[in-house]
Amino acid sequence: MTLAVIAVYFAAVLLIGAFSSRWFHGTSDDYFVATRSLGPALLLLNLFGANMTAFAVLGASGEAYTTGIGVFSLMASSSALVIPLVFYFVGTRVWEIGKRRGYLSPIQFFRERYQSGGLGLLLFVVLNALLIPYLLIGLAGGGIALAQITHGTLPKWMGSLLIVVVVLAYVAYSGMRGAIWVNAFQALLLLVLGGLACWVVVDRLGGLAGAMQRVAASHPELLARSHMRPLQLLTYTLIPLSVGTFPHIFIQWLTARSARAFRLPVAVYPLCIAIVWLPSVVLGVLARLDFPRLAAGATANSMLVKVVERHSPALLVGLLAAALCAAIMNSFDHQVLAVSTMFTQDIVIHYGFHDRLDERARVLVGRLFVVGILLVTYLLSLVFDPSLFKLGVWCFTGFAALFPIVVAALFWPRSTRQGVAAAVLAVAATWSYLVVTQWRSPDYTLGGTGILPVALVMGVSIAALVVVSLLTRPPDAATLGLFFARGAAGGGVPAAGGEPAPTAAPG
Amino acid sequence: MTQRGWRLLTYGALVALYLLHNDLWLWNDSRLVLGLPAGLFYHLAFCIVTAAVLGVLVVRAWPPWSDADLAAERQGEPR
Repeated sequence: MTLAVIAVYFAAVLLIGAFSSRWFHGTSDDYFVATRSLGPALLLLNLFGANMTAFAVLGASGEAYTTGIGVFSLMASSSALVIPLVFYFVGTRVWEIGKRRGYLSPIQFFRERYQSGGLGLLLFVVLNALLIPYLLIGLAGGGIALAQITHGTLPKWMGSLLIVVVVLAYVAYSGMRGAIWVNAFQALLLLVLGGLACWVVVDRLGGLAGAMQRVAASHPELLARSHMRPLQLLTYTLIPLSVGTFPHIFIQWLTARSARAFRLPVAVYPLCIAIVWLPSVVLGVLARLDFPRLAAGATANSMLVKVVERHSPALLVGLLAAALCAAIMNSFDHQVLAVSTMFTQDIVIHYGFHDRLDERARVLVGRLFVVGILLVTYLLSLVFDPSLFKLGVWCFTGFAALFPIVVAALFWPRSTRQGVAAAVLAVAATWSYLVVTQWRSPDYTLGGTGILPVALVMGVSIAALVVVSLLTRPPDAATLGLFFARGAAGGGVPAAGGEPAPTAAPG
Repeated sequence: MTQRGWRLLTYGALVALYLLHNDLWLWNDSRLVLGLPAGLFYHLAFCIVTAAVLGVLVVRAWPPWSDADLAAERQGEPR
């Protein structure tokens, strides 16, 4: 039954991907940013889906099983406050400048904002170095999750291959448009199925209050947060700032039809977080009733699947598997597309083929990169060591520590290319040092203090950015005029895409 | 109330929410509230209140930028 539901799910995804291609315009603007046409509902579902990975869903229940309810305050409610504010302050601004200047990738924005090809190249390397492991973790995690839920009928290599083939079919064919419609479907699936699974399991366990009272009697520590340090909760609120530097989220902001399209995502995002995270955490805690201890060789992340299997009909287990695939694919496809966009726009077109590729050729290059990236990621996932899963948390740390450069680029005219380059290099150096020295730290805090490494790396990033910017020559007024002057839209100055920028708004 | 007033009010509420996120007073409280542990119930309610405040923010304090930015946005918006 589980395999049948997974097969139906993949067929539905392929159908939606093929159907969405009917609206594909055949231009590179459409392939990479869907001609900036997304309305509020699609923008909400895509932004939410891209942030909600299977790693988060399974990891949340695993963490709740191990340490209790604290994971909700650490990761869910902090994201519910911070992420919408990043959309409000940063996303709308990025959209406005991106539309005016014709950007398709974050590298184009930074390159023009600081008039530096070298800085663009540095950011290209650093952003991809952080994104590609994250992409690999998603695919390897997906293969492992499918193997667990099908009890090995779909081995890890086959589960990962299925995901790659399906994503390849709709991303290479329809680009951003395919990803958008498929992700809307997948995000809806996630929002509905978690709650449904939780409701069924809780009902079988005799109701929420009864089940929680049994947990209180047997494992009272799971219902409080004695193991957590207050500084851990405080500094964890820095992690969701990573959403401001994820290339795939940056590119999704550019797909919006207008800044007003951000209103719904900003207001409703916290509710979506609660709808997905609450069932994961509740089921993780309740799993202790059926599985008081981890069996030899089992991981806590498998507990969500185990508890649903024990109490639910086979159909629901199959639907849960489909929801897990949805969680994997709705971030994976946007990440693949983001890497492809950066390679196509920021390397191939920027360095040598700007005038030699027409629209069709640009789309073809984007498609070839999608195929190449998926192939390389799949091959790497076959030799992936599960102990590297913690690299995912470190990737978030690196992205979050780069957030100050996004803020500076948008809001601090005095910031300079040297300051931003210094911040990026400082993040790379501090991050690498901490990954090596803190890898074995069991609670992912600095020396067991409760302070997360992201606080230190971000502090170094801000210090380097401010000090070096103030010590170097300010950017010229003409460049600042493109980004900060009231009503200035850079009339006559070619935009990043090679087209003349729109005329200035009346000021 | 003017848009500036709403903006100040909602920004203040968001700062208060950031502080309230650190619910130290519930740290060791394992009582159940409506079937959920007190700490989990609190943070669920936190998400709902945050959504309400953000709802006010986008309705009463939109756009987040200046009038010039709004004009630029309108220029690119289909009517």
